[in-house]
Amino acid sequence: MLRFILSRVLQAIPVLFIIVTLTFFMVRLAPGGPFDQERAMSAASKEAINRQYGLDKPLLSQYTAYLSDLLKGDMGPSLSSPGRQVNEIIFSKLPNSIQLGLFSLAFALIVGIPAGMLASLKQNSWLDYIPMTGAMVGICLPTFVIGPILSTVFGPWLGWLPVIGWSGGIEFKVLPTATLGLAYAAYVARLTRGGMLEILGQDFIRTAWAKGASTFSVVFKHALRGGLIPVVSFLGPALAGLISGSFVVETIFVIPGLGQEFVNSALNRDYFLVLGTVLFYAALIIVMNILVDIAVVWLNPRSKFE
Amino acid sequence: MPQCRFLLLISILAAFSACSPKSSDTASKMTVADQAIKEGILIRGNGAEPQGIDPHVVTGVPENRIISSLIEGLIAYHPSDDNIPEPGVAESWEHNEDYSKWVFNLRKDALWSNGDPVIADHFVYSWNRMLHPEFGAKYSDMLLIVKGAKEYLSGETADFSAVGVKATDPHTLEVELVGPTPFYLSMLKHYSWYPVHPPTVEEFGGMTALSNPWTREGYVGNGPFILEEWIPSSVLKVKKSPTYWDRDRVKLNGIHFLPIESETTEDRAFTAGELHVTSIVPSDRILKYLEEKPDKIHIDPLLTVYFYRFNVEKPPFDDVRVRQALSLSIDRTSIIERITQGGETEATAFTPPGISGYFPPALSGYDPDKARALLAEAGFPGGEGFPKGVEVLFNTNESHKAIAEAAQAMWATELGIQVGILNQEWKVYINSQQTLAYTISRSGWQGDYMDPYTFLSMWTTGNGNNNTGWSNDEYDELILEQAVSETDTAKRLKILEKAETILLQEAPVAPIYWYTRKYLLDPRLKEYNPKLLDNRPYKYMYFEE
Repeated sequence: MLRFILSRVLQAIPVLFIIVTLTFFMVRLAPGGPFDQERAMSAASKEAINRQYGLDKPLLSQYTAYLSDLLKGDMGPSLSSPGRQVNEIIFSKLPNSIQLGLFSLAFALIVGIPAGMLASLKQNSWLDYIPMTGAMVGICLPTFVIGPILSTVFGPWLGWLPVIGWSGGIEFKVLPTATLGLAYAAYVARLTRGGMLEILGQDFIRTAWAKGASTFSVVFKHALRGGLIPVVSFLGPALAGLISGSFVVETIFVIPGLGQEFVNSALNRDYFLVLGTVLFYAALIIVMNILVDIAVVWLNPRSKFE
Repeated sequence: MPQCRFLLLISILAAFSACSPKSSDTASKMTVADQAIKEGILIRGNGAEPQGIDPHVVTGVPENRIISSLIEGLIAYHPSDDNIPEPGVAESWEHNEDYSKWVFNLRKDALWSNGDPVIADHFVYSWNRMLHPEFGAKYSDMLLIVKGAKEYLSGETADFSAVGVKATDPHTLEVELVGPTPFYLSMLKHYSWYPVHPPTVEEFGGMTALSNPWTREGYVGNGPFILEEWIPSSVLKVKKSPTYWDRDRVKLNGIHFLPIESETTEDRAFTAGELHVTSIVPSDRILKYLEEKPDKIHIDPLLTVYFYRFNVEKPPFDDVRVRQALSLSIDRTSIIERITQGGETEATAFTPPGISGYFPPALSGYDPDKARALLAEAGFPGGEGFPKGVEVLFNTNESHKAIAEAAQAMWATELGIQVGILNQEWKVYINSQQTLAYTISRSGWQGDYMDPYTFLSMWTTGNGNNNTGWSNDEYDELILEQAVSETDTAKRLKILEKAETILLQEAPVAPIYWYTRKYLLDPRLKEYNPKLLDNRPYKYMYFEE
């Protein structure tokens, strides 16, 4: 297993390198620069700013300088928030994103897995159709529809929950968590149902039934472990997506997370912040996928570390 | 089952809310805004997260709203009229006959938040910083009106003592400008002229470091409020300053600036009682508020114009008659009544009204008959032969799109010409506009100070904000020679009126409407007055229940 992890980590290095290189040059190709604004600034000021950030040097030497800083763990300054460093921005916002991500994931699993299991056990009955239709609706309804609806109902109408903010009591977490988690819950429900149906149709389950095992024992002891494999595979990218932040949910509920930085940095042509967030996201996905691969082997006796 | 789940969800949420001490019991009685009023705290929506709060580094409205609470310049904002200079750090001032030399007498009780006195040398240091060729201040051109500033910024001279600003003693600042500038006091209200505390700036990175972290690690200001806490993308809190010279007048105990980018979120937060002032009202909600809650919605005129630029370097807009024809066939009233719906006024000139003594000619208007005649004269009778590929460029935005579509339809109906529309993402659009890679481009311009110069100087030949390719010798002469040497204020404004007449007749731009600021305001907050420059001094505000 150690060899497996080591080889995956080694594979990740060239992947990250390619991502950094592509991002570096792609963001420079986009029209408009970080200091372009509606009101033109004097040429002398613009030159001075470019000098301050080393953007006056040839692109290739900027690239090598960036890589060498990166190796030292320095992702550079933010160009749109003078005085802030990319490292600082990512690590100050990450805890909120992780919190929101984990809460939403917990919500998705708690709601999604039981619904999917129920649907698979009562296949082609109303207990299957209704939750699966609901799941389809959940997948289709985007967060920018659900968020404002929940927010309007529980904020201005009922006055039960705050509509903006994140730090504070549990009441601040409810609406963003439900908004972000709902679509994931729907996916989890559908994947659980699919995975369970496949397992429930297999010989060893039929054998278990034939031996007179109880429903509880068949479902929880034999089927669930295999039935959840699709969910587990989905969890890696899902968690990476959840942790790296959700632009929409963060904007709707004014949450200081990474998602807004991810989007705004591109819009602002904040070169170093774009690189920082892309790199962080890429690394996160790679790590999550390694963890998922380990979990899948652990869950499925037929697969092996390769 | 989905109903069950929904019910379950509601009951979970209800349980959560029941557990929270703030909500269910007290919600009906006291909102966040109510509680804040009890504590004398103003909570305001502030649009985007500020780029920073260093007055020499940032540009933008959200930044200005915060900085104006933390730092005070020589001249302060008047509570209700932007034409009036209000004493700030300068308690009095004199100028020579032609307004080119100024002496400011600094008040002796002006203190920084760390207790240091605010002295004239601090202004010299601050303006040196703004103009330093290695610093890169985005608003450095505001200060180019100071004698020798241009040479210093461009690096022609490295000696700041050659620039026309001197501290003759700790409380006297002498300024020499390049020419007569009767509106200088109004310029001084802009944050580019604000002082910073030199020892603090030096301590955290020095005068010329753009990435100087002094604003987060040791903010020292001289305004009515001091920085209390700044959690990026969450809240920026300021509290009443104990060292501000006019502290007895300050009634608020603090202000919380919330960076709420989404207009609808801000609207919901206001409705839910979490804000006292919003920065905007979603355009589809304006009419509803006007009907149902007229005491909460406010629509104030602004010194800002919405207009279309024509690229005069590209046919057919190299012909003034075509430009005039397109401008004359825009039904501005209809755009305001049907699209923007926010109390804007039809722009009959480029400079918005409100600058005392200045009355620009009302030359831009709706006259489709004249427009058709002009277009025919230019060789396109009934739109025949009008070149293809003319497009209105705008940055991606629903309102800009609706206006462009309206103009497109008006031109098709009135002139028989087909014009396309093209949206681009913000930075791409800026780039296209600045490189003249467009035929027609939507634009906006906000005045920085109360003088027509802030709207007219940009149209001189080669000005960095011209972006139309338009050049007119007589216009340049009026703006760059006559207006800057005329010492009589009334005559000077006449010269500017003459220049604006040329601009409107030559029509490199088609002014469409003058903006308004639309916002929601808790009626209990007082002295939040309409201001043309959108500067609302917090030191006068208070709550009245």
